[in-house]
Amino acid sequence: MSTATATADTHHDHDPHATNTGISNNKLAMWLFLSTECLLFGALISTYLLYKTRGNGGVLPTDIFDIPFTSVSSFVLLMSSLTMVLALSAVARGEMDRGKAWLLVTAMLGGVFIGGQVYEFTSFYREGLGYTSNPAASAFYTLTGFHGVHVSLGILMLMSLWVSAQQGKLTQKNSETVEIVGLYWHFVDIVWIFIFTVIYLIPPA
Amino acid sequence: MTIIDEPLALESGETYAEKPLGILTRPQAQGGWKDWVSTVDHKKIGIMYGVAAMFFFVVGGFEALLIRTQLAFPDQGFLSADLYNQIFTMHGVTMVFLFIMPLAAAFANYLIPLQIGARDVAFPRLNALSFWVWLSGAIFLNTSWIVGGGGANCGWFCYSPNSGIVFSPTHGVDFYAIGLLITGIASLVSAVNLIVTCLNMRAPGMDLMRMPVLTWMLLVTQFLLAFALPVITVALLLLLFDRTFDSQFFDPDAGADPLLWQHLFWIFGHPEVYIIILPSFGIISEIIPTFSRKPIFGYTAMVFSGIAIGFMGWGVWAHHMFVSGIGPISVAAFSLATMFIAVPTGVKILNWLTTMWGGKLHFTTAMLFATGTVAMFTIGGLSGVTHSLAPADTQQTDTYYIVAHFHYVIFGGGVLGLFGGAYFWWPKVFGHFLNERRGKINFWAMLIGFNLTFGPMHVLGLQGMSRRIDTYSAGYGFDFWNLMSTLGSYLIAVSVVVFFYNVWKSKKEAVDLPPPGPDPWDARSLEWSVPSPTPEHNFDEVPQVESFDHWWFQKYEIDDDGKVVRIAETEAVAQDGSATGVHLPSPSFWPLVLAIGLPIIGYGIIFNLWLCVIGGLLTGGAIYAWVFEPVDDPNAGHGHDDHHEDEAGDDQLAGVGSGSASDDEGEG
Repeated sequence: MSTATATADTHHDHDPHATNTGISNNKLAMWLFLSTECLLFGALISTYLLYKTRGNGGVLPTDIFDIPFTSVSSFVLLMSSLTMVLALSAVARGEMDRGKAWLLVTAMLGGVFIGGQVYEFTSFYREGLGYTSNPAASAFYTLTGFHGVHVSLGILMLMSLWVSAQQGKLTQKNSETVEIVGLYWHFVDIVWIFIFTVIYLIPPA
Repeated sequence: MTIIDEPLALESGETYAEKPLGILTRPQAQGGWKDWVSTVDHKKIGIMYGVAAMFFFVVGGFEALLIRTQLAFPDQGFLSADLYNQIFTMHGVTMVFLFIMPLAAAFANYLIPLQIGARDVAFPRLNALSFWVWLSGAIFLNTSWIVGGGGANCGWFCYSPNSGIVFSPTHGVDFYAIGLLITGIASLVSAVNLIVTCLNMRAPGMDLMRMPVLTWMLLVTQFLLAFALPVITVALLLLLFDRTFDSQFFDPDAGADPLLWQHLFWIFGHPEVYIIILPSFGIISEIIPTFSRKPIFGYTAMVFSGIAIGFMGWGVWAHHMFVSGIGPISVAAFSLATMFIAVPTGVKILNWLTTMWGGKLHFTTAMLFATGTVAMFTIGGLSGVTHSLAPADTQQTDTYYIVAHFHYVIFGGGVLGLFGGAYFWWPKVFGHFLNERRGKINFWAMLIGFNLTFGPMHVLGLQGMSRRIDTYSAGYGFDFWNLMSTLGSYLIAVSVVVFFYNVWKSKKEAVDLPPPGPDPWDARSLEWSVPSPTPEHNFDEVPQVESFDHWWFQKYEIDDDGKVVRIAETEAVAQDGSATGVHLPSPSFWPLVLAIGLPIIGYGIIFNLWLCVIGGLLTGGAIYAWVFEPVDDPNAGHGHDDHHEDEAGDDQLAGVGSGSASDDEGEG
């Protein structure tokens, strides 16, 4: 065994987070999970794009999109990514009160987005677009519904973080946990930007 | 021993809740059923995967025998047409999802940490979760025979609209969809876990390009799983929503496109073929060098051809759909891609042959299975290339020629290799050999039976016999080859019985035989540097890897004349497994509890939504209990598991041991 490797190993011994890649296991696992989520949303978005003009004679989602309304809720979700970053930054600096506040704000902004989605679904349903109306409707509700479930699970995670911080279990030392939840949150936001652009903004041919 | 810097660790000095959520105490059992249901040891999980997979192999094999019995003679009524549909569907689903994939997972779980010099996988509890979720999904899928009004009857790829409520009114397809969703969760979790393990947990010096070929192939397999499973997840969910909530994804009358299912299924389904075959490729890449007494020929080419197969596997899915009317441009593109993917596969076959070329060959049972795999897979691969010729494929689609082809790939290429792996690593896992004589009977019976079963199907297919037909009339020239095929399938059954007898008898005989020692085959990779069976802590010392085939070069060196010279006796350089007090991850009940919740949700979707609430509470509660359960039980004095067990250096062992004197997990 050469001296060089022995030294490297000694260093390794004293750093419990040393991994071959330098990225912690938890964070790498989240990145991998998010990469698989790309395929999930990819399949759902493809399904919608295939079906978006198949109304079976009924209402199409593209007929009744309320772009200004959805723009506002999209903006709210986008801002929640900013507050997520502020939360992480505060926790990483050990300012737990500020961190908790930003976690709560992030969760609330997510909640506003979900509220907007509930309102949107309800008004679409009143305008004759039920889940079983036609392939386009099924695909639209499934895609956006899946995204909504992801946001909701994100809110659950943020609230769990907030409770842990409240109980003193989440501290500056485990700010990486906040970072990992943040990765998920940003991913869900990015997916929405994609959905909003491709599904809402680009008009049907 | 203080526990430092764990994810979600409590502030130092604070005590942990002994009963997370106040229900289950932290399991402490050593041995007995409690040990098995709460274990997070990758080796025990690997063994459980293997045992459960073999159980479902028997189930799927029994279904195969029913099919072949029905088809032995023309115009038989042994099975009704409807039952026949259910049985061939469940045979395919069982063999693919409940036998080969979990058996490959058994090898992956047991061997990846050992081959890269780690003490466990990156996430030991998630590993346990994968197994229990897979098992709960597998059992759920098969309960459709009892409570679902029969098995799924739509074929393993379950094309729409045949899978819709109109044509498949029983609950079989619901069980199919939910069962595969549950086993898919298991595979996805396991894929993420094992990828992180391979990327992050390697011993010092174990560069990626020093990993054994098996670990490489398993890593590629996990990437394929990680990216293929979300697509089938979407497909299955859409199917489930159609059947349960009346959505309109696959109803042609409402303007839906049945091709959507075919695309989503085969985008998953073709990578799935490589998910099945690559672990076997990896296994024989370990066996062949060992018994040829030569290093693997073209290691780099082996690795990169495996990666190339992994990439190209995504670009050939539509060759399953040449008769679905996908248009001439698609057909041409996918034909070409299908021809190209034969290139990296051919590289592998040539490398195995050149590894054997000029080697001192020892035809042990494992080696026989490995060479059998190469030969049989070559036949299956070549008939696969014939499918890339779209006009010929049009003739062959939905005939027995296809059945012959994919059994040569999956059974000949996959199953034979996995059996070879069983014979090869049996002494490492269980501490005794499988009898070689019975092993060779096992091999020859299986090889002859296999060829007798599936060889004639080429002829039957080219003569025009359709697959999935429950019987055929006399006088079409199908009679003789069908009978041969049925006889062959019975011979395969005999070979499997010989295998189980061998397992049982070899264990009984082992008490009178000398133990195999750490390295009975004089092999090349790190798992052979530790005692057999592997001690619970794997390595006394984390190895310092200096080259590819590091373990081999501890025993041998190549002198100036290019001759191989032994420099050390195996026992002198092998680890003796005597380390004590090595910190290991603590067992947990929560993976099992979480896994039990999922099939309850499944039954709820099918029968009564209230059950979903119960299952959801069980699963959700288990998740929270799990999160707030410390990774390591402080009462057991264990260290942190999410990184290399660094503390095992010689000089530190004493100190660590004294910090956990009550801990008997590090076996002496």
